[in-house]
Amino acid sequence: MKRFSLLSARAGATFMSPAGLLVGAFVIVPFFWVIFVSFTNRSLLGPTALNPDFVWFQNYIELFTSGRGVEPGTFGFSLILTVQFVLFSALIGQALLGLLLAWLLQQVPKSVKGFTETMVIGAWILPEVVIGFAWFAFLDYDNGTLNGILDALGLPRGDWLLDYPFWVIVVFNTWRGTAFSMMLFNSAFASIPPSYFQAADVAGASSWQKFRDIGLPLIRGHVVTDLILITMWTFNVFTPFLLTRGGPGGQTEVLSIYTYRVAFRDFDFGKGAAVGVVVMLINLAFALFYLWVARKRTPRKEAT
Amino acid sequence: MGRFAHLHFSRVGFTALTALIGAIFALPLVWFLFAPFNPRAELGLAIPRPFSFSNFGTVLENDFAIRALLNSLIQSVGGVVCVAFAATLASYALSRSSLPGKGAVTYVLLLFSSVVSGSAAMVPIFLMISRVGLIDTHLAVIFVFAGGLLPTAMFILRDFIDGIPRSYEESAMVAGASPTQAFFDVALPVIRPGVVVVVVWAFVNIWGSFLIPFILLRSAEKMPASVAIYSFYSEAGTPIVTLLAAYALLYSIPVVVLYLFVSWKFGFRFFGGIKA
Repeated sequence: MKRFSLLSARAGATFMSPAGLLVGAFVIVPFFWVIFVSFTNRSLLGPTALNPDFVWFQNYIELFTSGRGVEPGTFGFSLILTVQFVLFSALIGQALLGLLLAWLLQQVPKSVKGFTETMVIGAWILPEVVIGFAWFAFLDYDNGTLNGILDALGLPRGDWLLDYPFWVIVVFNTWRGTAFSMMLFNSAFASIPPSYFQAADVAGASSWQKFRDIGLPLIRGHVVTDLILITMWTFNVFTPFLLTRGGPGGQTEVLSIYTYRVAFRDFDFGKGAAVGVVVMLINLAFALFYLWVARKRTPRKEAT
Repeated sequence: MGRFAHLHFSRVGFTALTALIGAIFALPLVWFLFAPFNPRAELGLAIPRPFSFSNFGTVLENDFAIRALLNSLIQSVGGVVCVAFAATLASYALSRSSLPGKGAVTYVLLLFSSVVSGSAAMVPIFLMISRVGLIDTHLAVIFVFAGGLLPTAMFILRDFIDGIPRSYEESAMVAGASPTQAFFDVALPVIRPGVVVVVVWAFVNIWGSFLIPFILLRSAEKMPASVAIYSFYSEAGTPIVTLLAAYALLYSIPVVVLYLFVSWKFGFRFFGGIKA
């Protein structure tokens, strides 16, 4: 039986139009426009600002041939840096720490659980500029809390932002984003029937055995979801800019910051757009992979 | 007996480890807990003596800071109104109408919105906004956010509307209501909790954002608080820490309050959805 539809196709189209206009103008048009601009030598100022030339693949050739990925300030360097940033801060930092925290939170007293959860979630919900400023104060060489603690413990202080900028943004991003993985895994663990663990308790299993043989295998799907999502977010994140501005000497210039500098500091829109296209292609690969995994896991019935 | 002791020991160990991780997460924020109330605050950690609200007075006297908070409010409320209005209508149509291909629409839009991220699209968005002459206007920020947040908002709301029995509107229409009346008088009141979630989510996103207003706005009178805070601490010379600490706290309050509101009202399942 064909279902009686509450809204005619015409009324439906009318209802769709405000959203269609906004998404069309500010998501879909930019998607195609950035591809077009990436084939031109458009700049902010000068003669090519109004009448850019079509330069075909020149921007892309420049991106992939200059610097060979070793000198800061080149595209290759930023691409490799971003991959390392994602690997250390998202896949290792956020996911492992989130998994560990989610497991620990299942078996600690309520007060400790509440305290740790609040702190981890607090790091995640506060606005990014506030976090950037808090870390700026935290890492300050002369008075910062971190060096203060190191002094008190009799350990040598460090000029962190100057000497270890990459590790600073890795730790910073791990700290900032672990909450998502923790909450996802926490609710995944909570959905496992308690009787599984009770049976393991009776058999005398240790926490590690329960984790390895019951917890982890049962939340494998959530782990895959988590890894793809945090990879995509970390790959595009601009927040390290608020702490290091890509410096010192371009050492923390991940792709988002590189795009910003090329387009809005060097005013080379054509090249900035080419980076944007490369970033979008990588995003597209991740997003398609994610949709494929999500569809395989939950076959969704489409309403007809 | 030995096994019991072992279990007890590991429980204590787990508790200590969890508390330690919590404490490490707290460290970068401890300073931020004290400095706003310390009239002589510096970047160093110090217990305020005397404990005072004078820093907040300094903020209230700073016209630029207050105007920036107001700008944040204008841009967030404007964006939220656009998102809530357009997403409610669109997701109702996606759930209830007979539009062809509507099942795929949400997925295609979600795909686009996750591919066209802020860092990938900053160049074309800037060029488009310049082309239509909206650079350095609140409207530019409002529209760009509305477009970017809509796909996810529609996804959340469509799921919500799909969960509401169609018989509500059907019985209204049997009783003689027009489709429009069925939407406004019957469906809308039932959808409201879903709209509240979308409103809070969109507000928090726009309120906390930095990159889009940083690129699209030029003049100091239009800057939202996020850009103002960044310019306060990134400009040459030592930042006015007392002002900045109190200001950053004021700016954070709406986000924390809304977060607590959503977790109190809707519980744990929306925690993952409130951000990103």
